Formats: sequence, structure tokens, C-alpha cells
Amino acid sequence: MTKSSETRIHASEITVARRTDASIAVVGTPNSGKSTLFNRLTGLKQRIGNYPGVTVERHVGILKVGDTATELVDLPGTHSLSAHSLEEHIAVDVIFGRMQGTQKPDGLLAVLDASNLYQGLFLVQQLIDLKLPLVVALTMNDAAEQSGINVDVNRLRDELGGVPVYPVVATTGSGLEDLRNAVAGMSQLAPAKRIVVWPELTEAASAMAADADEPIRFAELERLLIDGATAANREILEKLDANSRERLESIRDSLFGLEPPIARDARIRYAWVRDVLRNVQSSAPPFFSWRTRVTDFLNRPVPGTIGLFVVMAIVFQAVFAWATPIMDVIDAATSTLGGSVVQTFGEGALSSLIGDGIISGVGSVVIFLPQILILFLFIILLEDSGYLARAAYLMDRAMRSVGLSGQSIIPMISSFACAVPGIMATRVIPNRRDRIATIMAAPFMTCSARLPVYALLIAAFVPAEQVGFMNLQGLVLFGLYLFGIVAGILTALLMRQTALRGPKPPFALMLPEFRRPNLQTVFIQLLGRAKVFLYRAGTVIFVVAVIVWALAYYPRSEEIAPEIERQRQLAAYTLSGRELAAEYKRIENEAAAAQMEQSWLGRAGQFVEPVFAPLGWDWRVSSAVIAGFPAREVVIAVLGTVYAVGDEADEGTLSGRLQAATWPDGARVFTLPMVIGLLIFYACCLQCAATLAVIRRETNTWRWPVIAWLYMTSIGYLGALLAFQLGSS
Amino acid sequence: MAINGSTLATLKRGQKGIIQSVDVADPQVQRLMVLGLVEGAEVEHASSAIGGDPMEFRLFGCGISLRQEHARHFKVSPVAVGD
Repeated sequence: MTKSSETRIHASEITVARRTDASIAVVGTPNSGKSTLFNRLTGLKQRIGNYPGVTVERHVGILKVGDTATELVDLPGTHSLSAHSLEEHIAVDVIFGRMQGTQKPDGLLAVLDASNLYQGLFLVQQLIDLKLPLVVALTMNDAAEQSGINVDVNRLRDELGGVPVYPVVATTGSGLEDLRNAVAGMSQLAPAKRIVVWPELTEAASAMAADADEPIRFAELERLLIDGATAANREILEKLDANSRERLESIRDSLFGLEPPIARDARIRYAWVRDVLRNVQSSAPPFFSWRTRVTDFLNRPVPGTIGLFVVMAIVFQAVFAWATPIMDVIDAATSTLGGSVVQTFGEGALSSLIGDGIISGVGSVVIFLPQILILFLFIILLEDSGYLARAAYLMDRAMRSVGLSGQSIIPMISSFACAVPGIMATRVIPNRRDRIATIMAAPFMTCSARLPVYALLIAAFVPAEQVGFMNLQGLVLFGLYLFGIVAGILTALLMRQTALRGPKPPFALMLPEFRRPNLQTVFIQLLGRAKVFLYRAGTVIFVVAVIVWALAYYPRSEEIAPEIERQRQLAAYTLSGRELAAEYKRIENEAAAAQMEQSWLGRAGQFVEPVFAPLGWDWRVSSAVIAGFPAREVVIAVLGTVYAVGDEADEGTLSGRLQAATWPDGARVFTLPMVIGLLIFYACCLQCAATLAVIRRETNTWRWPVIAWLYMTSIGYLGALLAFQLGSS
Repeated sequence: MAINGSTLATLKRGQKGIIQSVDVADPQVQRLMVLGLVEGAEVEHASSAIGGDPMEFRLFGCGISLRQEHARHFKVSPVAVGD
């Protein structure tokens, strides 16, 4: 690292330090109730950002006690200071003060779950060795008490060398006040005293510390000895003199021999943990609660799997039943508002920009919110109650057969409602390759925006005859859902065999007890998700919507307006009353169609017609498909306009027009092979700016959204080509 | 005393065992040791998914799920039922 960049980091540290009196890192194992506690301490005074260059979220909040403002950084959960996953690397880097843009912590708040002291103490012991001021929050949930675990808090404090231990019940908030004061006063606290559990390692580290060029933290040296000269330890290595660096491997050899250092580390520290546990924890006979009964029942393979499907069916039903009415209201509100703008400002570019561009652009962002929020509410509830981990466990075997792991099941199922929350839910997948393979497969699942297009085309062109006990129309719809699933699975398999080939990740899933989610935490998380969607995806969708508006609006034709006027006058001579109004409407629709035909969008449709001609599409279908790239549901409105039935025509009118549409030579455009091809195109093609924006956000690179788009569009095109050419020959 | 060939993967549902030795060659197994699956730990086979894989174990009160291919690397001495 160069001198200049170091100076820059210092400057950012100063700005952070000026706003708050101290910065405390909140550290704990996954599922220790860390985030719940963080939310209870900081409330709504928190910001969600990203760590530089990665997709891991950075949660920072302010704890105010009297005049002191303390910055709390909620770190990703980690089991050990030997980092393995990306999240763990970030947690460890922040703890050691080597994360760019994040201040070196002045102290640590260790969150220790009373119902999982075994893994918790393994981490806390390593934290104590850092010689930083440290406070332990012992989170007692009702689960721990009911399962009959009693923790001797005084004894625990003694075993941990006297570090303050504050029992907290997160659900009721008892003990929270004392903990608040302790965290706010952390800077006055003396650093924790080391507990020597592994004397040989400590000796080796002190020998190396004596030779170092700069003072190095002991704990960092110990980590270096355990983990070896990995990239994460580069900074520590640079502080050593050349001699020590060379000796490092021989010291490690003499310390560990053939035993993997990580294994030795675990063996020694867990032996210490077991000794401590014998002294501080007494187990009473287990309490029989509804929770143990439910857990017991859901633990049996068959009821557990059936239970999972019931839960997902309920979630699905809720998404459709609750979101659809709200979405209809938003839809109606946007068109009313857009219409009233045109009425207020008259016809013109500005009013069209506001009415058809901006308002419907904002509308196309907001319309996603009900589904996303409801789906996320359920995902957060499932996650916080501990059920998500169980779902992953139950489905692991099935998902493994397609090259993924159990954690992919929830994102995949969610994508049937909308791929956006589905892709955002892939965060629970720890392995990057698995995660990206899931992200690539998710958009194939038939989302609710595909449904109107399917419904229109199927109702218009698939005969409603009985096939066995099923209706052919229903069968085609079912086939499209199945097609999406198969295409998604094949994509995941393909990805894991090619671009994302790599070792299968270890599947060790912690299965927490079922617990009641904390509503405040659920609310804060939901709010965070909504903000992320509106800021990151919303801006992209909005911009694209305005661009499409401009393409369909410009250039204005000089000839259409006088022609309308002439036709209106003509109509006024011969007709009157309701007939005249209907004729006016028809003329207006014809004019809109004529305008669309010579707009950039219409010209683009005509320009690319040769590309889509092998698929049996005329320029009208091509323009509608082009307009649908930002948001596939737009297609229906555009088809309405180009077929001159108005953009809000009811389905019957539009499908009548589609059935009657002909090529210049009189042949029908919408033949069955062409329609099937069009349906396949819709089933595959990634026509959704929101999904692309979210893929960009979740993978932190444009590479994956571009690959996904090209891949899915090519498959859609080839599928449609195949269907049309085979069907027509 | 490791009993002939008993591993975490061979424990019956509801049966407990104490880990006697770990086959540490596989880096994935080393990660499992970081989660607390080390010699001396008492582990109970709590449940399994359809088809018996993955398996769920209880380790000092917390649930942890492993695939059979990994569970095989942990030799255990089963604790007699009724202890």
C-alpha cells in the first residue's frame, strides 16, 4: 500500500470519529441474536451500505446515552477469527482494523447466545485475546430458559477473566438499559485480559513479536501462525522483518507437524470451552413446550417436507391474494393520474412526458412494491423464526441433484412471484458459485408479470378444448410453468459445469430452534429492503421507462394531426351522439397507431423485422417486444396501441384484433406455431430492467446481468425460431 | 475407544455418541471442526431429511446439519441408550 492511500484512509477515519465518541463492533456467531440486539440498541438510527467492492451489507447505527454518541457496527456473523467465507473475512478485517472506510473499533460488543454457549464461547475466547475493551451481552431468549439451560453469570464472568457480562432478554428488553450504559462507557473500560488456552502458540507468537519491525498485535500474530501466509494476512506479514517471514513456515512446522493448524486450533479451544461449560451451565430436565413439540414433529422427514410445501403454498397464496388488489389500485391510480395530467395541460410533449413517461415510469417501480414487501415480510419471518435453515436442510438433497444446495430453494420459489425479491433472497447462500448459479436460474421461474401475457395469448389462440380431464388452455399454461422450471434447473446445472465450476461447498448448516421473531427487527429489515429496492432498482427502471416513452413519442408526425381533424369533421357530418363519440375514439386510436408506426420505436420494429421474420413476427409484434424489454408487462399496452385499440383496451377487443391481424399478402400473423414461439420467447427472455438492476447490485458487476440477458434472449429467440419453423413446415 | 466403524453417519435417530477421532485430511472437515465437531464432543443424531441425507445432529443444545459424506469422517463411540 502506498503512502498516499494510507493518508486518505486516515482522513476518512477522522470524519467518522468527529461525529461519534467511539466506534464499537458488534461481534457474534450467526443466529446469536446479534442483529436483534443491534436493532434494539440503535433503533431506527442506522444506515445500510456496502463494504467497498463487495456485496456484503454494512450496518452502522448510533447508540445515544446522555451526551455520548457511540457508533455501533453490526458485523456479519462469524464462528472464528480464522475467516473462511467472504462475510467472515469482512468481520475479521473490521475487528483487526484493516477494513478500508471503517474505523478501527475502540471496543467490542460480543453477543453470546445462552442457548448456544458452546460455539459462542469458542469465538468469545478469541475476542478476549485481542486485548480490546470488551463487553459480553448474554442473550437469553425464552427458548434457552424453557429448554432448561441455566447459566451462572457470575461464574461465567470469572471464567472469562472478569470481562463484564450482561444478561439480556431481547424479546422483553430486560437488561437492555444496563447493557446500553456499559456499551456507551466502553472507552473507559480496561482492555480484557488474555486467557492463555494454548501456551505453545503464545510462546511462538511472542518470539516473533520481539523480532517485528513495528509493534503488531499479538492476536494477529497468532492468527498468522494458525492460518499461514494467506492473502488476508498480507498486512501483518509486511510488518515482520525478512528473517521472521522466512522462519514463519518452519515455526509452523514445529508447532503443528502434520496436523492441520485449523484442526489443532479447534481441538484446543473447544476443550477449554467444554471445561468452562461444566462450571457455568447446568441443565435442568428439558421443558416440554409447544416449541419442542413442533420441532419434534417437523424433524420427521415426511411431515417436515409436507410442512415445507404447506408453508410455501401459504406464502404464495398471500402474495397473490394480498398484493394483487393493492397492485390494481396502484395501476388504476397511475393511469388516472396520467390521464388527468393530459387533461390539465392539454396534448403536448410535456404533458405526455409527465403523464405517459414519468408517472407511468414511477408507477412501474411502485407496482412491484406490494409483492416485494409481502414476499420479503415472509422471508424475513421465516428467517428470523429459524425455519429458513430447516427448509434448506429438507430440500438439500433435491437441490444437490441439480448442482445447487438447499439454501437455493427459497430464492427459487420466491421467483415464481417476482425474481427481484428472489434474487435479493440469495444472500442466504454462503457459497458464491452457488449463489450466482441460483441468480441465473431464478429469472426463468414464471413470475407474475409473465402471467398477463400468457393469459392474453392463450385465451386468444389456444382452443379451449378438453384434453383428458384437463382443458388445453390450462395445460399450455401448466406447460409454460414447467418449461420455466426445467429451463432454470438446466441453467443451474450448465453454470455449475462451466463458468461456475468448482468444489461443492461444505454443507454445514446451523439449525436454530424455532423462536418468535421480534417485530421491531422484522420491521427494520423490511424497511431496509424496500429502500434498497427503491434506490438501486427503482432508479434504473425509471430511467428506462422514460427512454421507452421517448422512443414511442418521437418524432412527431406533422401529417397525422390535420388528418385526424379532417376525419373528425367528416364524422361529425354523418354521425351524432354515442356513435360519434365511438367514431372519435376509433379515429384517436388509429392516429395513435399511425404515430407509433413512424416513431423511433415503430421504426425500430420495422428495422428489426428481418431479424424476427424467421419467427413469424411482423413489425408490430417486434415493436411491442422491443418496448417490453424494460418491463415485460408493457407489451400488452404497446400491442393495444399498435393494433389501434387504445392502450387500455379490454382483453377481448385486443385478442380479436390479434386474431384478425394479417400480413400484407393476407396471411394471418398469429398462427399457432408463431404464438407458441412467442410464448416460449416470453418464458425465456429476461425482459425486466428491475431484475437486471438487482442482479447488478447483488453480484456487484455488470458482467452477470449482461450474461443473463444475452443467454436468456438467445434461448428465447432460438426456442421461438424452432417452434415457428418446425410448426409451419 | 473407537468402536469398530461407528461414525456420525451410522448413529441411529435419537442415539448419542462421543467423537473419538476426526479424519482431518479434508479441508471441509476442518471447517466442521471449527463449528465444534471435535474429539470429546457429545453428539446426538436428531433427525434426517427424506432419504436419510442430510442428517441433523444436536451438539451441546444446538442443531447442526451435515451431509452423510462429511458425517462419515467422524468416528464415534455410541453412548448406550438410557445413560
